[in-house]
Amino acid sequence: MTTMPPAAVAADPVETVAGTRTPLPRRRRDRSVGASIALHGTLVVATFIALFPILWVVLSSLKPASEIRRTEIQLFSSPTLDNYRRLLTETDFPTWFANSVVVAAFTMVIGIAMSATAGYALSRFNFPGRRGLMWVFLLTQMFPVAILIVPIYTIMANLGLIDTKLSLIIAYCTVAVPFCAWMLRGYFDTIPRELDEAAALDGLGPFSTFWRIILPLARPGLAVTAFYTFLTAWGEVAYAIAFMQGSDHYTLGAGLQQFVPQFSPRWELLTAGAVLITVPAAIVFFFAQRHLVAGLTAGGTKG
Amino acid sequence: MRKSFDKHWYAWAMVLPTVVVLGVLVFYPLVQGVWQSFTDLNESNQREEICTKVLGGAETCEPNPDAARFVGLDNYVDILTGTQGSFWLQLTNTLVWTLACVALHYGVGLGLAVILNRNFRFRGFYRVALILPWAVPSFVAAFAWRFIFDERFGIVNGVLRAVGIDPVAWFEQRWTSLFTAIVANVWLGVPFMMVALLGGLQSINGDLYEAAEIDGASPWQRFVNITLPGLRPVSSTVVLLGTIWTFNMFPIIYFVTRGQPAGSTEILVTGAYRAAFEGIRDYSLAATYGVLILSILVVYASAYKRMLAKQGEVF
Repeated sequence: MTTMPPAAVAADPVETVAGTRTPLPRRRRDRSVGASIALHGTLVVATFIALFPILWVVLSSLKPASEIRRTEIQLFSSPTLDNYRRLLTETDFPTWFANSVVVAAFTMVIGIAMSATAGYALSRFNFPGRRGLMWVFLLTQMFPVAILIVPIYTIMANLGLIDTKLSLIIAYCTVAVPFCAWMLRGYFDTIPRELDEAAALDGLGPFSTFWRIILPLARPGLAVTAFYTFLTAWGEVAYAIAFMQGSDHYTLGAGLQQFVPQFSPRWELLTAGAVLITVPAAIVFFFAQRHLVAGLTAGGTKG
Repeated sequence: MRKSFDKHWYAWAMVLPTVVVLGVLVFYPLVQGVWQSFTDLNESNQREEICTKVLGGAETCEPNPDAARFVGLDNYVDILTGTQGSFWLQLTNTLVWTLACVALHYGVGLGLAVILNRNFRFRGFYRVALILPWAVPSFVAAFAWRFIFDERFGIVNGVLRAVGIDPVAWFEQRWTSLFTAIVANVWLGVPFMMVALLGGLQSINGDLYEAAEIDGASPWQRFVNITLPGLRPVSSTVVLLGTIWTFNMFPIIYFVTRGQPAGSTEILVTGAYRAAFEGIRDYSLAATYGVLILSILVVYASAYKRMLAKQGEVF
């Protein structure tokens, strides 16, 4: 019932009219009503599960504290922005937010600079140690936080960096750079080598070729790196909790848990905070996600 | 040597910053971590010297008599025999956690990817909606799920009460507690698998399906004989990555179950973290955990690679 004669499939105009970039194996026309219902039913359920927790937190953040602490379900009652006002005026949340912005911004800049140069060298030059370095980059993905965090903590303590933003920026760079260098190498590989050769003929040295020819062309790849490093720094908690000690030095990851101690958690502040933390991350994420996956799979399969 | 330097110096210069940072902050700590696992280092004996102020403001330092010292394999023996910590419990939790999460990530992700790879109305909307959980930072998602499963005010128990079932004290039993964490992590991790597999599906040649259809292959046969083999390269990468990530997934367990009840839902990574930074800080114990975790992952990754190689796959 759901299949059509091959001749009709070949002549199916939907494919050409739709003009999709990738050929889809199945077409809309040859689906029975039952199959359609099953398909949309599955998707609606999946979408509901995907969206509900987000929606529930947003709705809860708009309820007064007394309404959150009710045992019966109420989707929406006496909406107010009071939680947000209290969060922004009566807690350290704005400080944590500012700290996170600073840490994420510096991680981003340093991370891009390091991974772009390393990625370019890995992509273009066949220098001794190249293969080894690529393996090392992959291997670092395997290191659990647990083995590095104590020695890094002692190093930072010896340098007097504990409780400073710099310690977090450095730690996050070590997490993000290997992956980004790997990803950017894949991106540089897609830029034709002939450009480098032409630039060399015109008398540009390797550094100016990199700076003036390749980097401008690699802007989309750099953007993805920027997003990735930003999100890494924005969402990290283990280092943040271990390194930062005073409440006014916390980043968001370390600070937010203050609202939910073991007893009498303050869900109204937590939900409002969760919304404010997620919004910037979600915006950045949506610029990045398409390229992020492409970069990931390209880097992973071509290795 | 001289010639090699002339030829490659700019390549080396470009990778130098990365190599230095990785060397100082990944490999030096790694070596130090392995070393610490053979000592009895903790919060109270970490100083190598004790400095005392004398009159006039000067300081005199002498070696700390109680400084951490080499204890050989004691930490490993203690951990593996259960004298210190609860390694085997946490290892069981970690295996259940990793297996359940990765299987569900992959299964649900593949199902949704296959559906999304078809052509239908509102496809773009569904795709964006299903990816959304990925945009939520993991610690925020952890708190959100903790809130949803909250015993008194959580929506899950609210719904249970509404339909007349007794509410569940999710965090007072080991398996229900672990279950909440798995739900949270599956919710968080499915979008990545879905998008990666969707990319893989789109790289499969559509002609194969048409040819199979002409030959009379059923939809299931087409799925098993074309889709699954076609996804091999992507699948092998994402399953390996997903396993490693889930194994080391810190924030979900740390914030959703918090090890409740009484540390019985701790996985290895959170167990090591609590050993290092909570109570009396036992750095050597944490380092030993780290070495054990890394060894497990290295063994797993090489076994996985060998398995793929046996099946004729070059990873």
